[in-house]
Amino acid sequence: MTEKIQFNLNGKPVDLTVDPDLTLMWVLRTNFGLTGTKFGCGLGFCGSCTVLMDNEPVRSCMLTVGDVGGQKILTIEGLARNGSLHPIQKAFMKHDALQCGYCTPGMILNAYGLLLKNPEPSTNEIITAMEDNLCRCGTYNRIIEAIQTASKEMKREDAI
Amino acid sequence: MKTNKYMGENINDDPITRDLDRRDFLKRMGGGLLITFSMSDYPVLFGGKLLEDEKPGMNAYLRIAEDDRVSLYTGKIEMGQGPITSLGQMLADELDVHYDSIDIFMGDTDLCPWDEGTYGSLTTRVFGPLLRAAGAEARATLLEMAAEYLSIPVDQLEVRDGIVTAKDDKEKKVSYGTLTSGKEIIKKLEKKPVLKKPSEFRYMGQSMLRIDAEEKVTGKARYSGDIQLPGMRYARILRGPSHFSKLISVDTSAAESMDGVEVVRDGDLVAVLHELPDMADIAIYKVKGEYETKDPDVNDQSIFEHLVKNGTNKRIIDEGGDLEVGLKSSSQVFEMEYLDNYVAHAPIENHTATAMMEDDVMKIWASTQTPYPARTDVAEMLGVPEEKVHIMQIFLGGGFGGKIYNQQILEVAKLVKLTDTPIQLAWTRREEFSYDRLRPAAVVKIKSGINDKGQITLWDYDVFFAGSRGSKQYYEVPNHKTVSSSTERGEPDAHMFYTGAWRAPGHNTNTFARESQIEIMAAAAGIDPLEFRLRQLKDAKYINVLKMAAEKFGWTPAKGPSGRGYGIACGTDTGTTVGMMAEVEVDKTTGHVQVKRVVVAMDMGLVVNPQGATIQAEGCIIMGLGYALGEDIKFEGGKMLTRNFDTYDITRFSWTPEKIEVLLVDAQDEPPHGGGEPPIICMGGVVANAIFDATGARLYQMPMTPERVLDAMAKT
Repeated sequence: MTEKIQFNLNGKPVDLTVDPDLTLMWVLRTNFGLTGTKFGCGLGFCGSCTVLMDNEPVRSCMLTVGDVGGQKILTIEGLARNGSLHPIQKAFMKHDALQCGYCTPGMILNAYGLLLKNPEPSTNEIITAMEDNLCRCGTYNRIIEAIQTASKEMKREDAI
Repeated sequence: MKTNKYMGENINDDPITRDLDRRDFLKRMGGGLLITFSMSDYPVLFGGKLLEDEKPGMNAYLRIAEDDRVSLYTGKIEMGQGPITSLGQMLADELDVHYDSIDIFMGDTDLCPWDEGTYGSLTTRVFGPLLRAAGAEARATLLEMAAEYLSIPVDQLEVRDGIVTAKDDKEKKVSYGTLTSGKEIIKKLEKKPVLKKPSEFRYMGQSMLRIDAEEKVTGKARYSGDIQLPGMRYARILRGPSHFSKLISVDTSAAESMDGVEVVRDGDLVAVLHELPDMADIAIYKVKGEYETKDPDVNDQSIFEHLVKNGTNKRIIDEGGDLEVGLKSSSQVFEMEYLDNYVAHAPIENHTATAMMEDDVMKIWASTQTPYPARTDVAEMLGVPEEKVHIMQIFLGGGFGGKIYNQQILEVAKLVKLTDTPIQLAWTRREEFSYDRLRPAAVVKIKSGINDKGQITLWDYDVFFAGSRGSKQYYEVPNHKTVSSSTERGEPDAHMFYTGAWRAPGHNTNTFARESQIEIMAAAAGIDPLEFRLRQLKDAKYINVLKMAAEKFGWTPAKGPSGRGYGIACGTDTGTTVGMMAEVEVDKTTGHVQVKRVVVAMDMGLVVNPQGATIQAEGCIIMGLGYALGEDIKFEGGKMLTRNFDTYDITRFSWTPEKIEVLLVDAQDEPPHGGGEPPIICMGGVVANAIFDATGARLYQMPMTPERVLDAMAKT
């Protein structure tokens, strides 16, 4: 059973005719080739498939494509603007806040969701918001620093 | 059988059937200067002779081309541990080229020569010196060519950024590229190289940010599951309920009636294929297998008794003095038993492989630490020569020793062979836990003694199934014996699951046991645990790292338990000596342990990239807190009950110490030692000792979950 589903993906309207019960994560990867959204646990426990839906971090492995009709979806591929990396991406690079890089897109989008809601989070607020995104290489300390740096940089950019 | 001395296990015992022909390689690449080097050259670095090894464990090519690019081809792989950055630093310094002029090609079996795999912290400490020698050899060759080209003697030339210039006439110059243009020169390492002195380093010893970061923060970095091929289908495999299950019959009719599903069956392998991963997921649940299962009556509670019963293959690892004498000279004797459950690698990227046939070659993009042994295994399974299999390791989403066995590669190759279509196989998280080669569950029994002066007089150590790595003690003990009561990871039939190398194999369990026992004795002797260690250590490296850590930590002497929550652990792994201190806070009502801060001091010889080494140490500390505090595999016979991260507690943001300080001994004149593993060995011991110091309760079993902490406190 297919349906026509329309939503906004990385700033552009898209429509596709598919089974609405397909998992959003797989649709992003297979239909749109957006492979920055990673498959990790398939049940929403690891966060590597995190994308933003209307600025809220969501687990794309726990949503169907039918769930996102009419919504705005942002994946890691849509974060850089006009060829310029987003301050969070730059901060992750500056702080070496990654090793294997597999959890990184989910980490960055989860952090972006936090900073959109709370532009100047405390360390504890960062930890609480990021708690369910898992990294096995052990870069949490650097991710916290990167989010703090990004918070300052985003504030500075807003002021300009 | 060829034994791998670093892993203590036979990882590959087949003779090589193909090596890249060096001349063909150079021609194919477009000429230039090629330096070939291998593990056989290792003694040459020290003025010795080539090893007579027909198939050295590692080989590499270094090419300098007419466009001034320097290319390194190595079968080592990048899995986050950073060699793609540090190898370039070593090469740029020895060759006197700019860091940005280097391209590193890794883990492609058609492009790079044979390599046994990336593990055991080998890349920097063993491959690194060879690479430096190759860079030095290339530089010397190019200088000779430049001398001829410019008609100026070598000793009157200098090099920077790949440009050779006359010292007294800057107009007389020639680039490496010009020198190699139109040439096909192949050289090997022949004599002891003249390496750069630390004072001449430009890149080595400098902190460099990783060079693959931009691809990773933009989502452009492609892992083996990100390869999408025309007509590709996704596979799911039918799995039995237990490792002791045998498939009796299978009903695939419901799956076969689904649109677009193909069921593939070959002996015990039953798989479904669909162009959509969701549909493959649904189809596999419709396949009904009947199994005969004979699970042993062993579970996560009774495994330890089972292992001790099976641990009869005793080997002496180390001994000295006389245990009887030691016993008699002891005024206090401590007989303890330490337990460690199975631990999973749990990389965030599951085992994945994408494969297709192109002409008659099986091409496989795979998450693996061992692309070449994978090629051998696939070729053997398919009954084809190795050149008909091409393995490409691109980005790897975490390995930690878990991705050296390649089961998923064999599975996908078989499915492609059977269907002749492109296929992707990404294990589910449940498969990842079930078919991982786990760190073996293990038991350590220690009987030790001290005399009235607080000196260790007796050390009788018996390790069951953790293996010998790190089992030898290094304190000054007159009467000691270390026995390993199993083969390295244990006889396979004693275990409920596959076992394998988990970041610093066995050493984690051994250091937990050893360092706990040391502090038990220190407390009984009424001596500060740092002082207790320093009194019985002669090795200057240990004394140095412990003192460095103590100074940074702000250690003040107190006998345990002091109530402060301070712990110490130390050890040596892959040549690197580590001293660690930690402070914990224990919630006495819940048993929750929060590690507040960790200081680690490491003597790892030459530090090529201090930033990279620091990050590896931080990673070890953060990852290692998982096995120390939370990671607990639950099972019943061969049935894996742990299926996902909801019940398998790896370290999270909130567990991360507020402060991690990494101190590196400045030893640039020494060869480099391991960096990816050493600090992780201390995590069990340092946490157990800190919990004792906080509460007076001694934990004898990892992970030290809140329940076990409460239990130990209740017994105190």
